Amino acid sequence: MTTPKELGTYAQNTWCPGCGNFGILASIKKALADLENDGLDLNKVAIVSGIGCHAKIADYINVNSFYSIHGRVPPPMTGIKLANPDLTVIGHAGDGDAYGEGIEHLIFSAKRNIDMTFIVHNNRIYGLTTGQFTPTSPSGFKGRSTPKGSPEDPLNPVELMISAGATFVARGYTKNMKQLQSLIKAAINHKGFSFIDVLQPCFTFFNTYDYYNERVYELTEQDHDASDRNLAFVKAREWAYGEGERIPIGLFYQVKKPTYGERLLAGRVPVRLTPGDIRPVLEKHI
Amino acid sequence: MEEISILIGGKAGDGTRQAGHVIASLLNRIGYRIFFYDDYPSLIRGGHNFSIVRASEKRIGAHKNTVDIIIALDQNTVENHKNRLNADGIILYDSKKVEAQGLGIDFMDIVKEFGGKPIMRNTAAIGALAGILNLEWSVLERDIKGSIGKEVELNLQIARHAYDRIETPLKPLQKLDQKPLPLVTGNEAIALGAVKAGLNMYIAYPMTPASAILHYLAEHENELGVVTVHPESEIGVALMALGSAYAGARTMVGTSGGGFALMTEALSLAGQSEIPMVIAECQRAGPSTGVPTYTMQADLNFVINAGHGEFLRVVLAPGDAEEAFYTAGLALNLAWKYQIPTFVLSDKHVSESIFSFEFDLDRVKPENGLLWDGRGEYKRYLDTESGISPLAFPGNPDAIVKVTSYEHDENGITTEEPGQIARMQKKRLRKRKALADELNKYDTVNIYGNPESKTALLCWGSTKGACIEVAEMLDLKVVKPLMLEPLPVEPLKKALSGVEKIIDVEVNATGQLAKLVAGQGFCIDDMILRLDARPFTVDDLLGNVKEVLS
Ligand SMILES: Cc1ncc(C[n+]2csc(CCOP(=O)(O)OP(=O)(O)O)c2C)c(N)n1
Ligand code: SF4
Repeated sequence: MTTPKELGTYAQNTWCPGCGNFGILASIKKALADLENDGLDLNKVAIVSGIGCHAKIADYINVNSFYSIHGRVPPPMTGIKLANPDLTVIGHAGDGDAYGEGIEHLIFSAKRNIDMTFIVHNNRIYGLTTGQFTPTSPSGFKGRSTPKGSPEDPLNPVELMISAGATFVARGYTKNMKQLQSLIKAAINHKGFSFIDVLQPCFTFFNTYDYYNERVYELTEQDHDASDRNLAFVKAREWAYGEGERIPIGLFYQVKKPTYGERLLAGRVPVRLTPGDIRPVLEKHI
Repeated sequence: MEEISILIGGKAGDGTRQAGHVIASLLNRIGYRIFFYDDYPSLIRGGHNFSIVRASEKRIGAHKNTVDIIIALDQNTVENHKNRLNADGIILYDSKKVEAQGLGIDFMDIVKEFGGKPIMRNTAAIGALAGILNLEWSVLERDIKGSIGKEVELNLQIARHAYDRIETPLKPLQKLDQKPLPLVTGNEAIALGAVKAGLNMYIAYPMTPASAILHYLAEHENELGVVTVHPESEIGVALMALGSAYAGARTMVGTSGGGFALMTEALSLAGQSEIPMVIAECQRAGPSTGVPTYTMQADLNFVINAGHGEFLRVVLAPGDAEEAFYTAGLALNLAWKYQIPTFVLSDKHVSESIFSFEFDLDRVKPENGLLWDGRGEYKRYLDTESGISPLAFPGNPDAIVKVTSYEHDENGITTEEPGQIARMQKKRLRKRKALADELNKYDTVNIYGNPESKTALLCWGSTKGACIEVAEMLDLKVVKPLMLEPLPVEPLKKALSGVEKIIDVEVNATGQLAKLVAGQGFCIDDMILRLDARPFTVDDLLGNVKEVLS
């Protein structure tokens, strides 16, 4: 059995001390180690990351990985999952990455309900490019590209994902690792498109720890029915990434639906397909 | 030599293309070799569409301006094309709709008599044509049964009636003692060649003139054992393809210039991550949206140079269906053997024209890349002598496979260390040697016409057919590189040795091949360029070449 420690690599970690990314790294490693105990084959796990501070996670976890380019986390995930449906595919994207540069891919992943897990390291700032506003920065946010304040209102990705068709929609917080681990495990176990927006403070460019600590509360099964789409929207709107005094974290919505792979492939496994004989097809051209 | 050209024209929606296909099939069945040109504007209803079926005793790869028979379903067909008619040619026209001199038949009247639909005017026209050509009824009967899915009996009645209306066969066509061949478009050949080389997945976003590859593979998915996917955009297409190839599926994407523009970030990623990538780029007239349904050879520079950073690629340019089949297979195999991006650079004129297809299919078969032997610790970017690192795929119980867009060490972990960077750049570029050694074994430059001639037509891709015919008429040589990147300099030198005059022929405004070749020290004496988005016909090119030679 692999321990979370053994899931590390020799790559030197270059995140700033205090960065929320450490919480996500520890949580995913713990989740993978736990899932291995439950029977998940770690050699059949592939993670895909974008470009940004978050994306370095591909170097830090000792499993198969595809360190992609900015904004393009879902398409390689989709390609991997379609080519070999036996693989467990997990994406790590930044908020700039997921909601800015490549938002169309995210929406389509949800629309298709492809069976994979998508984790957004949402620090509401461009970390690696040293502090510009992102699609989830609060309105009026003063970043390096918006010294007079952001002229845009933030996007609510939780609400967006529920509308787009994601069948598992959650929000985590890096300070609540216990919940985050269980959300990640549930997301991976969910058959369909699982989305977790993780509130991940950027210690250096947008320190939101106090803000979140004062406002987050856990959604529990007792007071939220995650199978109810309307209620999910209500909870999603409680905090719109700017306005709102209380921030729910936990599972907003979960439903079972046929997956893209099931519908598109109908049992076929492309990496094991043998090409057909072209001769009878050519005959039809005479 | 027996040959005939037939033009059929009408409005979009009149079904002239399908009618053209039936005509091509009829002539194929009586032993003729076919070239089928389809000319249509980018619209769904109205406008003017026409197709030219040219049938000959010998292999042909181009059409002519002049035709022997015009079938006019609308007045525009007569107005636009009557000048093409040979001295003894005839116009067969729909007498209710069209005014012309020739043989007028009220096709609609026949259709109505049997209670058919307006689209069946085509069937009547084909019936009449078969009569004019003095074809046996049984040939036509078989073709209608084979090509028309619905209401076969009704179509047969209509065709028979029109066939019987022709009392004297005005243009009797001799039956030839040759076997019919499959009639295949360039796009279909690309699809089949890739499948023959072991294609598992085809991913594409629709764009003329590449869409038919997607349509064809989607239609034949089960027979061909291929999974087809139509994602959200070409950006999605290209990145998905890298994901599926990383997972071990032999994958191809297809698009035209505008879609390929969106794929260039993925192309560069393929260069850095060494993930095999196969791209069918079917050119149309640009820049930008340009002229969507017409042809141009203007993306050569773009395809050779696209993508930031420096990395290897192979660009192959087919000039007919056989070459499309062969290059698609070769592109797939080379991509996997060298873990590089490879291109089939086609254009509308190859992709959407129909050719009589005759090829030894077994020349194309799947060739694996270098696979990891399972010994020791797996390193995705192992620095080997050839530069080629053994492949393993996620799911392998003994390997962890890490690919990345960053510069990396042998394990695929990011590096910024100068020694490592230089080492990996060298490793990737070192593959050029093994690639060149393999490419030396293939005929990357083809010669046609009179090999002894002191004058050569230099061409690539879709101008092949017209160049060969013109060269044969004027006793010239044709030199056609099948591969454009890496440019096969030595084979070109050999092919052009003894040649005193090089005439470059291209369908673009600046002579992109000429510049490429001139960059290697060859002296191009003349250029014949066509920039109206139309392909060279044999007669056009003949005139152009004569002018240059005079
Ligand atoms: C196509 C492209 N545009 C811009 C960049 C530069 N860039 C690198 S990371 C980044 C933003 C990162 O923000 P986010 O995705 O939120 O990740 P974080 O660094 O905050 O984890 C940008 C714009 C790039 N690498 N590629
Ligand atoms: S810049 Fe912010 S997100 Fe990036 S490593 Fe530092 S604290 Fe983390």
